[in-house]
Amino acid sequence: MISFDFEYFKPESIDEAIKTFSSEWKLGKKVVYFSGGTEIITFSRGGKLTVDTVIDLKGIPECKVLEIQGDRLIIGAAVTLNQLIESNLFPLLSETTRRIADHTSRNKITIGGNLMSQLGYREGLLPLLVADAVVTVANQTKIEEIPIEKFSGSELKEGAFLTQIKVPVSNLKLPSKSIKRTRTSKVGYPIVSLAALVHEGKIRVAFSGINSLPFRSTVIESILNDKKMSDQQRIDKAITKLPSTITDDLLASKGFRQYTFGKMLIELNSVLEEKL
Amino acid sequence: MISSNTRKYTVVSLLVNGVSHDVMIRSADTLLYTLREQLGLTGAKYACGNGDCGACTVLVNGKPMHSCLTLAIESINDEITTIESMKHSDIRSAFVANWAIQCGYCTPGFILNCHALVNEHPDADDEIIEEWLKSNLCRCTGYQEIKDAVKSVLEANKLKAKENSNLAQ
Amino acid sequence: MQKEFRKTVGTAEQRIDAVEKSTGNVKYLGDKLITGMLHAKVATSTEAHARIKSIDTNEAWKVPGVRAIVTGDTFPFPIGPILADRPPIAFDKVRYYGEPVAIIVADYPYQAKQAASKIVVKYEKLPVVNSVEQAFQEDAPIIHEQLGQYTKIIDNVYPVPGTNIASHIKIRKGQFGQAWATCKDTITATYSFNLSDHAAMETRSATVEINPDGRVIVHSTSQSPFTIKKILNQFFNIEVGKVIVHIPMLGGAFGGKGAVQLEPLAYLASSAVGGKLVKLQYEREEDMMTAPCHIGFNATVKLGVNEEGKLLAGQYTFLIEAGAYSDQAAGITRAAALDCTGPYHIPNVWCDSYCMYTNHPYATSFRGYGHPELTFAIERTMDQLAKQLNVDPIEFRLLNAIKPGHSTPTQSVLTENNIGDTAKCMIRAKELIEWNGNQTTVTENGKIRAKGVSLFWKTSTTSTNAQAGAVLLFEPDGTVKLSCAAVEIGQGTKTILAQIAAERLKMNMKDIHVTMEVNTQYNPHQWRTVASSTTFLAGNAVLAAADDAIRQLKKIGAVALQCSENDLEVGNSRVYLRSKPTYGIDIKTICLGYKYPNGHTVGGQIIGTGVHVQRQLTEMDKDTGFGDPGPWWSVGAQAVEIEWDEQNYTYEILKAITVMDGGTIINPMTATQQMRGGIFLGLSIASGESFEFNDKGVIQNPDFRTYQLMRFGEQPKEYIVEFVETPNEDGPFGARGIGEYGVIGAASALANSLSSATKTELNKLPLTPELIWQTREVGQ
Ligand SMILES: Cc1cc2nc3c(=O)[nH]c(=O)nc-3n(C[C@H](O)[C@H](O)[C@H](O)COP(=O)(O)OP(=O)(O)OC[C@H]3O[C@@H](n4cnc5c(N)ncnc54)[C@H](O)[C@@H]3O)c2cc1C
Ligand code: FES
Ligand code: FES
Repeated sequence: MISFDFEYFKPESIDEAIKTFSSEWKLGKKVVYFSGGTEIITFSRGGKLTVDTVIDLKGIPECKVLEIQGDRLIIGAAVTLNQLIESNLFPLLSETTRRIADHTSRNKITIGGNLMSQLGYREGLLPLLVADAVVTVANQTKIEEIPIEKFSGSELKEGAFLTQIKVPVSNLKLPSKSIKRTRTSKVGYPIVSLAALVHEGKIRVAFSGINSLPFRSTVIESILNDKKMSDQQRIDKAITKLPSTITDDLLASKGFRQYTFGKMLIELNSVLEEKL
Repeated sequence: MISSNTRKYTVVSLLVNGVSHDVMIRSADTLLYTLREQLGLTGAKYACGNGDCGACTVLVNGKPMHSCLTLAIESINDEITTIESMKHSDIRSAFVANWAIQCGYCTPGFILNCHALVNEHPDADDEIIEEWLKSNLCRCTGYQEIKDAVKSVLEANKLKAKENSNLAQ
Repeated sequence: MQKEFRKTVGTAEQRIDAVEKSTGNVKYLGDKLITGMLHAKVATSTEAHARIKSIDTNEAWKVPGVRAIVTGDTFPFPIGPILADRPPIAFDKVRYYGEPVAIIVADYPYQAKQAASKIVVKYEKLPVVNSVEQAFQEDAPIIHEQLGQYTKIIDNVYPVPGTNIASHIKIRKGQFGQAWATCKDTITATYSFNLSDHAAMETRSATVEINPDGRVIVHSTSQSPFTIKKILNQFFNIEVGKVIVHIPMLGGAFGGKGAVQLEPLAYLASSAVGGKLVKLQYEREEDMMTAPCHIGFNATVKLGVNEEGKLLAGQYTFLIEAGAYSDQAAGITRAAALDCTGPYHIPNVWCDSYCMYTNHPYATSFRGYGHPELTFAIERTMDQLAKQLNVDPIEFRLLNAIKPGHSTPTQSVLTENNIGDTAKCMIRAKELIEWNGNQTTVTENGKIRAKGVSLFWKTSTTSTNAQAGAVLLFEPDGTVKLSCAAVEIGQGTKTILAQIAAERLKMNMKDIHVTMEVNTQYNPHQWRTVASSTTFLAGNAVLAAADDAIRQLKKIGAVALQCSENDLEVGNSRVYLRSKPTYGIDIKTICLGYKYPNGHTVGGQIIGTGVHVQRQLTEMDKDTGFGDPGPWWSVGAQAVEIEWDEQNYTYEILKAITVMDGGTIINPMTATQQMRGGIFLGLSIASGESFEFNDKGVIQNPDFRTYQLMRFGEQPKEYIVEFVETPNEDGPFGARGIGEYGVIGAASALANSLSSATKTELNKLPLTPELIWQTREVGQ
């Protein structure tokens, strides 16, 4: 039960959404975009969020697209995870998102909401990071395309929202693998989660869970691709190149995350080698 | 703008179990709350309010949905199915026949999820059954009987389908 | 004993509540909606241990719809079931994070919730006692300064003022010190785990309305309707007769709904709005943090054997974590002590069982009442000692299994009648798990398979005067309404009681109509629906009521049939001549009185009544524990097979076996449901459940996202349940209690199998991959 009231808008176009945001915002209100809404509802119920206005993006046709147009797969930000999984247009994305939350929740959680989640796991981002995706973001003045790695590193400007994700068709069906480990139940936030594919003979891999934010690191990739080293040497070196300190929390200690990370890299290696 | 609610309470129509009902809602009301408190459809249960347990599961356009993670106002153009319309479903009888019910609190949510599952995947294997039913928690049974119930319906449906195709030939 | 032919007892009759539950028609308490009902919400403490300096309600009052705000000074007196140590709303001090500090009453739930978030409390922080080990230290901060002044509600609770010990129970049997010195081999091991949660799917709720004539009408999700009456009488001075308690069917309980917490809060809330109907329903987070939970545990076990490997001496030190208040943890402390040895014959026993306060949420009864916990410690020690002695752990158990002729730690003498066949259960479980002498095997894909076993026992620790009553009221069509105060919590009790009635009356099950809900105004008294006591107590009461009804039927039948009562039988809804069964009369023509052809009527409604009260139980002696605490000991064996992945430290449970001696099994399917569900619950807790606290004593995982229950697909691949039926003379048709038992050996069997797979002694719970990794690789 949400204890406060908010206003609800469901615009039918990008333009309408942007205008609604700014007119509400100018009144001094706290406005959020609402996609699947699962995070907004749970945060609001739990007292972690209060808002005055929500703008539901599910009425905007661009946000509901899921198809290949020319040489790119277009994914609307309000497409649900199950729609993505069932279409299976991008197998690595299906495989990865299939491990987010539970099946029923995935009928509601959207890819846009997952990428913009405050929770820091954003596992849906991992396949996009290794597949050279771009995202389109609409703001007051324009709609612009941003490479995924830039998008993942920065906050959107107030009032801007994600409309679509675009993935080059050539990267959709590359040999790939997603691995996720949790504390106990299969349904749960990741201790470590990774999504990897082989692009022109080289492994690309992105991680979530091990650091506070998901990332792809070219430094780690070059270590993993360095065939001169043994498995163990690669792992030992990769660990030292993580972008930030290893997370130590309720789900797992730093030590166990590190251990798990190593085991996952070994598994990844053997799976991808088999696929090649 | 297809809809907006800028007043504290709005009257909207919800299509539940094939019948359209007017309900008075706050934007912040969940579908679960509205179904229960406004329509008296108390078969959907509150157990976590957080999308973690499936006790509140209803079908929205045939798909299982946590009604605690859905706003009533989001659902105004949708077809909602609740346990109250499932009296004659095979899966409901299978739950009784397979001893899949103890305290019964998780049961409505499970039945709706299972109903959607057998409709969408008549050939569901263990992996699919598991994937779907991981959405619902039961503290009493240990799940074995629930699995038996689902499988019994899948089997019976396959048999029926076979008989029908034999008849058609 | 010649097995008599039975009509329904022993048959898998379908549960009488199943259809209604499957259609969503059952009205649980939260489903009862009443227009005009007000809603209460608790504002809770944000500190684990602090003095309350002030409470500012101004902002909360500004929320529209708020009708009342109640704080601790309204009722600054401690209450409790065993030791009265807990003010219903924190007063002066808070002792756990999540403790109620105020109740807000408003028109709608969302308003009450909004207002609750606006209560501002100023605290003076006190040092937090964050574990039982810390609580036990001599210089630990004191949580209850007034411990010496609290009222004892029942005997057998021994607080130690000036410490954090809410109760200290002692068992002294034989000469432990001397015996220990003569032991050939000994072992000492320590075990521990944190508080955890019952996590019934239905959260707790209560409504209260106070009528102008002073009647207090309570609806609650409670296992203890008559305890609610007692507490409102004892502490709030309401006449017992004026408290009316209604209990609908419950959405799971597991002991957590035996405690009385919400009802006094709802009562205070209703009082504050002139007696209007007020509902208090916990959200999941409140149900986990504010409501009572499952005990935490720390145990040190010492066992010693002679040359033959027979146990000579056992010493047990239990620190039972009660959390902030003693509630039922004080009773659990006693229950754990009186069964401390597990089902083993040990002549010399020394046990100190301590109920410890900490600044954590308080604990109450949980399915098994201290036994899953003590069994974990005992059965792990048995495995480790067997290993040390280089004997097969099952042989070691069989050698020492308790039998008729032996005595329990409290020196209760065991007979064929009051204890089941432990060895038989063990031997059958051994066959079912295909025991291969503790050997592990490696599968094709490199996983390690291992097995673990556990024995268990438990007596029904009711109060010595625990009782139940039953009334059978005949309807005009000759069917029977069964009225009793057993609460249907999912265990199928109403079905069982109907079977017992049908069997004794020789009627069809469909002709017994059981009142599913409990209403203390109409139902006879029953102690509580806990402690696996209902089949025994209420079942015997039903038998007595049936016998009473049969007597009356014969009496009126004799008038109608013009013969002696002694020549009559009752069966198939008729009263008939024993020697000539075709000569008889339908019950329906006599059960509201017999009408002569001329219209004169004699007799009247047949109302059979019966009660059953525990016989000859005694309190335990303060210094030695000597006494007869329970009517019988149910025993059993469990076994688990797991497959462990050495790389990832994850595991799957392949088999979960329970063999139990529950006396006569009234309904094999509901009994199987109980056993499967029990071991499942035990395995779920043992494999993943535990409250995690930060250094301020705040629970970090108060929801099902982060406090993880076992989900579909993670349960054992196969459950096997079998019963050994050694009848219990005193039980209805020879039945003993079974409700709690399935859970008891789960954790220990799992830990034994994993210890064997990983070649590491796993003495903590929950057995997460990380815990196993920590123990094995990091060595802690
Ligand atoms: C039961 C459950 C389990 C979960 N388990 C996992 C897990 O295992 N792994 C994982 O990664 N996540 C997990 N999550 C988190 C989930 O993926 C995120 O909460 C996600 O945000 C939900 O998506 P949504 O569409 O419902 O988001 P919403 O609630 O609609 O939005 C989430 C946030 O994103 C913003 N937002 C949404 N859409 C846009 C947009 N188009 N442009 C700009 N901002 C936008 C919103 O304002 C809000 O701040 C779980 C969630 C649930 C309910
Ligand atoms: S109540 Fe909706 S998922 Fe638990
Ligand atoms: S039957 Fe009780 S929770 Fe499933």
